[in-house]
Amino acid sequence: MKNKVSKLYLSLVFLFLYAPIVVLVIYSFNDSKSRGTWGGFTFKWYLELFKDRDIKTALYYTVTIAITAALISTIVGTISAIGIYNMKTNRMNLFLNINYLPIINPDIVTGIALMILFLSANIKLGFSTMLLAHITFDIPYVILSVLPKLKQLDKNITEAALDLGATPFYSLRKIIIPQIKPGIITGFLIAFTLSIDDFVISFFTTGSGVTNLSIEIYSMARRGISPTINALSSLMLAVVLGLLLIINKRTTLQVKE
Amino acid sequence: MKESIIELKNIVKKYKDVKVLNEISFNVYKNEFVTLLGPSGCGKTTTLRIIGGFEIANEGSVSFEGENINNIPPYKRQINTVFQNYALFPHMNVFENIAFGLKIKKLKTKIIDKKVKKILKLVGLENFEKREIDSLSGGQQQRIAIARALVNEPKVLLLDEPLGALDLKLRKDMQVELKNIQKTLGITFIYVTHDQEEALTMSDRIIIMKSGNIQQIGTPINIYNEPVNSFVADFIGESNIISGVMKDDYQVNFLGKNFECVDYGFKKMEKVNIVIRPEDIHIVEKDSGLLNGEVKSVVFKGVHYEIGVISKNFEFLIQSTKSSKVGNTIGLYFNPDDIHVMREV
Amino acid sequence: MNSKSKYLAYPYSIWMIIFILFPLFLIFLYSITLRNANEIKTITFTFENFAKFFNPIYINVLIRSISIAALSTIICLFIGYPVAYLLTRINEENKGLLILLFILPMWMNMLLRTYAWMTILGNTGLINSFLSFLNLPKINLLYNNNAVILGMVYNFLPFMVFPIYTALNKMDRSLIEAADDLGADSFTIFRKVIFPLSLPGVISGLVIVFMPAVSTFVIPRLLGGGKNILIGNLIEKLFLVTRDWNFGAALSMIILIIIFISIKILNVLNIDKESGISL
Repeated sequence: MKNKVSKLYLSLVFLFLYAPIVVLVIYSFNDSKSRGTWGGFTFKWYLELFKDRDIKTALYYTVTIAITAALISTIVGTISAIGIYNMKTNRMNLFLNINYLPIINPDIVTGIALMILFLSANIKLGFSTMLLAHITFDIPYVILSVLPKLKQLDKNITEAALDLGATPFYSLRKIIIPQIKPGIITGFLIAFTLSIDDFVISFFTTGSGVTNLSIEIYSMARRGISPTINALSSLMLAVVLGLLLIINKRTTLQVKE
Repeated sequence: MKESIIELKNIVKKYKDVKVLNEISFNVYKNEFVTLLGPSGCGKTTTLRIIGGFEIANEGSVSFEGENINNIPPYKRQINTVFQNYALFPHMNVFENIAFGLKIKKLKTKIIDKKVKKILKLVGLENFEKREIDSLSGGQQQRIAIARALVNEPKVLLLDEPLGALDLKLRKDMQVELKNIQKTLGITFIYVTHDQEEALTMSDRIIIMKSGNIQQIGTPINIYNEPVNSFVADFIGESNIISGVMKDDYQVNFLGKNFECVDYGFKKMEKVNIVIRPEDIHIVEKDSGLLNGEVKSVVFKGVHYEIGVISKNFEFLIQSTKSSKVGNTIGLYFNPDDIHVMREV
Repeated sequence: MNSKSKYLAYPYSIWMIIFILFPLFLIFLYSITLRNANEIKTITFTFENFAKFFNPIYINVLIRSISIAALSTIICLFIGYPVAYLLTRINEENKGLLILLFILPMWMNMLLRTYAWMTILGNTGLINSFLSFLNLPKINLLYNNNAVILGMVYNFLPFMVFPIYTALNKMDRSLIEAADDLGADSFTIFRKVIFPLSLPGVISGLVIVFMPAVSTFVIPRLLGGGKNILIGNLIEKLFLVTRDWNFGAALSMIILIIIFISIKILNVLNIDKESGISL
């Protein structure tokens, strides 16, 4: 009995989670614009999607900013994490408390704060301000990923490297960084994902025609329901599904080794 | 005259106002195997780390071949260390671990290959070059750690309780191997351990420490037979320590009796501690020995029996190949030169 | 390692001052000053912006935001806790796959997920089209508080599930066996062993859900229509439409205070449980 109830409950929850997405996918193939009638199977919304210049621009900016911000924040974040690791406790805690503010603060406050900063300094909102904003909220997550790996390092191993003749810099390159590599990669992936998906902070810190996918969807959704968005949803679902399957395959392969 | 290679003078080390090392001074001579011995927290590892350059002393000086190396970082000292937990680089294989120091010295690849092969042979792990670190057993990892340090041909090798994690048989085998390697290569070894048997087996000289102070420096035989105080006597080997009074030269009084002994130079009636080793006390017929006593416990230890005997309110520990029964009254006998008198600490 | 390495963090500390601390300070500054009508910059310190807030209209917005967010959080807890618990019970083979399937919607863009409900709940949406088909009257499902709550629960449910799942997963199975062995029934085991040990995860979940819920403006904007605005919408409007930065900044400060208070309360609850006061 218990098992049946559990299974039913989980299925209901999963149904709840997937129903809207499935509806979107189905309607992306609907030839009629209204959601009441099924006008036949069609790819035309996908074609319109590919022709939509706004969406293409948004996609370009989204990916560019995500990759750039993720790369910069991974490098800065990793170096800073190493610096933090070598600090005395009190200073380390002060540093970390400030560092984690963007994570704790609501998106809207961070976004508005940065907007006020840029406008008060008379900097025009656009690509660079959006990039700076993304880097600002990405770096804390990189530090959050790398610092624990640093703390897990066996102190003796770094000492052994020095003992064998390595300068601190050589030891950093050859011993420390290889060992914290998983944390660095995770940090990069988290930063990248956050930037790809960001809406609120980008919304407040961009301007002059620079948008990202989320902002574009928001303006389209405000105007009303549009089948092109449905097509976009299906495509994004396919990409995400594909990514997750690849990750799953890789982790199961690693576990089997 | 033995040449000293390392000199420590009045080394003081504090951790947050607590003195961990209190004016430590000693010399280490070329090609000797010297051991820092003591209980946990006595400062032996801290001393070793100061020699290696991983800690800096608050006061005092460390000299290497006559030159002060206080401020020289570890990577510039001609000293290598074998760490307690081996500290092998997990992301590198055996060859890369051992070659690490050689690569830094920018030696030619062919020469590096040769040296690695040679050192692997020396530690008995030929053809292990390609193995991954996590595929090695504890004993093997330990030998790789030693190889990695030795391949750099340091003038001094520091070893921080390297055998602690090994099982008994392996530990004993490694003790012999380490001693042989030291003799073969002619490198000075500074060894840290809390295991007094290990220290006695391997060392040319032992430095006994307690709470940041040196208690005694000497050869194993020296320290065993003539401990300067009851701490050393108690720490090295088993011992019976009795308080007594030095009546005169060659005569000591304890447990209410006078005994002939071989020590002299004490003040008349000076309070002293007397040490008698368990293996030096012989079990004889009642009334045929120096003392009588009642057997309280008999434990079979394989090599000998450990027998607890109460005599005149003192519990003696005796090691004998002869057994006895609990409750028996027996006689105890020991030679005058097995009675060792020490000043009260 | 060595003392010089700590300098590696100094460049970033300058970044933090410019891009984290200073902007927050600017918000604080705006909240306690007034916009001046003429061009001359005068700084008058005032609490007028905060006083403005104590108008019934705005207080209502705040109360509505907190209650909707709190309600959504509680619903997430009640739905999500069993999910987390059941996920830990699944056998190893299927566990990975199911967790993956659970994560998948989270990876979809948040706007798309919110928009998806517009298609279902709208007047010309799925449900109402279905009702018209059956010649039944249409229901107003969209553009009200309930739609907003639904949107919040839908978006934030996974964030409630994961901390609880992690906490439950880490739990030592032998504790349950020990309680069982000592004669406790299932409900007692849950009350006295499982739930208390999962509490840190529950607290995390509550925080991770409540914070964005109380400050979001996307969900109420898309699903709540223009009428029932929440504090997030109000702030957005003040900065981008009305351009009353001072009042907007004051409201931002208020949101920050609410969030810090809620975190403090929840942390206190966590510590109390850990010191052994039973349920």
